[in-house]
Amino acid sequence: MHPILKLIAQRLALGLLLLLAASVLIFAGTSILPGDVAQSILGQSATPEALANLRRELGLNDPAVTRYFSWLGGVLQGDLGTALTNGRDIAESLGGRLKNTLFLAFWAAAISVPLAIFLGLLAVRYKDRWPDKLISAVTLTTISIPEFMIGYVLIYWVAIKWRMFPSVAIINDSMTLGAKLNAIAIPVMVLTLVVLAHMMRMTRAAILNVMQSAYIETAELKGLGMLKIIRKHAFPNAIAPIVNVVMLNLAYLVVGVVVVEVVFAYPGMGQYLVDHVSKRDVPVVQACGLIFAAVYIGLNLIADIVSILANPRLRHPK
Amino acid sequence: MNDQLKYMTGQVAKGTMTRREFVGRAAALGVTAAVANSMLAGNAQAAAHEAPVRGGSLKIGSSGGESTNTLDPALTASEVPLDNLRHLYETLVEVDPSGSVEPRMAESYEASADAKTWAFKIRKGIQFHNGKDMTPEDVLKTMQRHSNEDSQSGALGIMRGISGMKVDGDNFIVELEVGNADLPYLMADYHLMIQPDGGMDNPGAGIGTGPYTLEVDEPGVRHGFRRNENYWDADNRGFTDYNEVLVLNDATARTAALQSGQVNMINRVDPKVAALLDRAPNLSVKSVSGRGHYVFIAHIDTAPFDNNDLRMALKYAINREEMVDKILRGYGSIGNDMPINASYPLFDASIPQREHSIEKAKEFYAKSGHDGSPIILRVADGAFPGAVDAASLFLESAKAAGIPLEIKREPNDGYWSEVWNKQPFCASYWGGRPVQDQMYSTAYLSTADWNDTRWKRPEFDAMLLEARAELDEAKRKAIYSQMGSMLRDEGGLILPMFNDFVDGVANNVGGWIEDPNAELMNNKAPIKCWVKDA
Repeated sequence: MHPILKLIAQRLALGLLLLLAASVLIFAGTSILPGDVAQSILGQSATPEALANLRRELGLNDPAVTRYFSWLGGVLQGDLGTALTNGRDIAESLGGRLKNTLFLAFWAAAISVPLAIFLGLLAVRYKDRWPDKLISAVTLTTISIPEFMIGYVLIYWVAIKWRMFPSVAIINDSMTLGAKLNAIAIPVMVLTLVVLAHMMRMTRAAILNVMQSAYIETAELKGLGMLKIIRKHAFPNAIAPIVNVVMLNLAYLVVGVVVVEVVFAYPGMGQYLVDHVSKRDVPVVQACGLIFAAVYIGLNLIADIVSILANPRLRHPK
Repeated sequence: MNDQLKYMTGQVAKGTMTRREFVGRAAALGVTAAVANSMLAGNAQAAAHEAPVRGGSLKIGSSGGESTNTLDPALTASEVPLDNLRHLYETLVEVDPSGSVEPRMAESYEASADAKTWAFKIRKGIQFHNGKDMTPEDVLKTMQRHSNEDSQSGALGIMRGISGMKVDGDNFIVELEVGNADLPYLMADYHLMIQPDGGMDNPGAGIGTGPYTLEVDEPGVRHGFRRNENYWDADNRGFTDYNEVLVLNDATARTAALQSGQVNMINRVDPKVAALLDRAPNLSVKSVSGRGHYVFIAHIDTAPFDNNDLRMALKYAINREEMVDKILRGYGSIGNDMPINASYPLFDASIPQREHSIEKAKEFYAKSGHDGSPIILRVADGAFPGAVDAASLFLESAKAAGIPLEIKREPNDGYWSEVWNKQPFCASYWGGRPVQDQMYSTAYLSTADWNDTRWKRPEFDAMLLEARAELDEAKRKAIYSQMGSMLRDEGGLILPMFNDFVDGVANNVGGWIEDPNAELMNNKAPIKCWVKDA
């Protein structure tokens, strides 16, 4: 077998094992939390009889281990089960949320990744001159401000004062692509500002590191222009660390944006997960946790493979 | 409201009768001044508007919605599901803005002389959204679903006193173990929404008799409702073609949505920004004093709170005016250590207001002989808005009286299952109930599940039962007054403030009236208001 295929197979198997471990951790974690789903549903209006009735119906009287394995059995057959709180099919309601999360993450990434890399290259080109300093100052400022604050500031100016884009980013299937993009405009701006600095700085650092090498000097001596050197000689050699940072940020865009979702009432997975954690709805928390873990593991896998492919020494091991 | 009062409010609106005259004459008809005033406010406002406009759509930005919500009335506990219920379903009777009972699915009702047997005459010719006729059997099945032994309903507690229910022709009959003059108020509970076959088969289907039918149901995101063309009371409710409830849990997101015109009304305006928001040109902030209250509760059967002198010291130490000023920003009123205020029928305004007094607090603290060990007050942000700040104010004023209060922050998560009603001293809130009997039976009866101050006094229980069956209002009022005073002077309830309901409403919304029962006109603003420029 080709060494790279073997490596991918190994990583995939390890990933599956990690997912299993994650599901055990999530299950144990939600079981430790105070209160159960019956209490959370009925809240302050819980009477002992109503609690007992609800617990019996939801099967909460079974031991935890039994509940975990019956859930695992379902998942292995592709059945995520139904939510304890409202009896809806988890795969169905989660599917819509996941689609929304990926939609927002895709557009934020589509704008921020090229922009970050471009700005990084620009900063290298004008190293220690005003464009470099300006880019660093602005992106470091936006990454230092909490994302909800950026959200509120943009809402105030863009949505309330200028009335350019809506402040509520609720989207649904009946909307056209244009309407959806209009709705998510401000959240995409916020996310772009939040992830820009990290990727930009890494691009800048990685390329500057390569720029110290002898072959760059050679390229300079044979009379190549600065941007061309960066594009043809420096960037391909700096790609591994950049891809790693890009993947980490993509993972953040998928699993870490709950605060932005709340501020813009965006129907993504983060809010969905938080609601179900606070209601102790274990099957839903498990399903969300699995997806989030899978996204992280998958993106890291891609980052590893890309860095191997980009490096001939790793591509052809002895 | 009876015809005489209706006529009189019209007179005031037209300007032929003064407010003072109205309150005086309303009192002659047995209406308290507070109720008369709120009645007047509501109707004068409504009369000032033009006639209802049909068509268009209203968008409501509401907190209190989660992706775990269902349309089953039995499991409804937060704001968005409540908005949904009011669109889709109706109860037998409702409590109207003036605090009296308004017949809905029942066209009339009457009680036997001992208030033990009640007959609700069910309105005819009403259809559910699925085309089926609404019958007394559906009513019976609904009530059974909320009270039988498999019930998971939040209304189970209030259904306990019922010994038998049956259908008799057009009537739905309720028999009680002990007479209860307030039974219609219990039947107005929002859980008790009439569903086809009582909702026995699919309680979350959203099929009811309400002015709107379900079109979109995405829990935690949005709920859309289309006007029910077949609605029986179309003259008074259901003016818009389409309504949408958007779940906006973040307070800033809600105000931004209202300011930028994306929604027509929002609930729970943060008192801190209410005055600023009101200055925006295209909207107004509406506040109405209600029965909800923010409290600090002590278990009177647990040391050191079993010592009434210590409880009195704490009650005198708390600075009520400061709390209303700083926590509610004036959107509320001071409390008197009893859960009843002027918004309740039969309230006795002659009970003296407890004043903040460091001297008296010191005096009672010395008398209590407390050993000086820290008195732990548990609090979380989720106990009520501003709870942690309120506790800090309490701590400071207690310190001035030499009382060693100590605050312990608890996480929001699990507060209601682990701290409230379990720990001996904590912060909490109550939403209030439409009548005194219900408030007292929910939290101050010896046998009540939510007796969160462990107030167990046989003589108090006896008075409650006596008042409940008493049809003479003057006598009831006297009993309630005595009960209130007793709680005020001996209870474990420290009640510094009653909070207002503060909503934000765009200027293009017509038909807004004050309703002290709950926020957004008792969650009925979406079905009772209209869009002026529709």
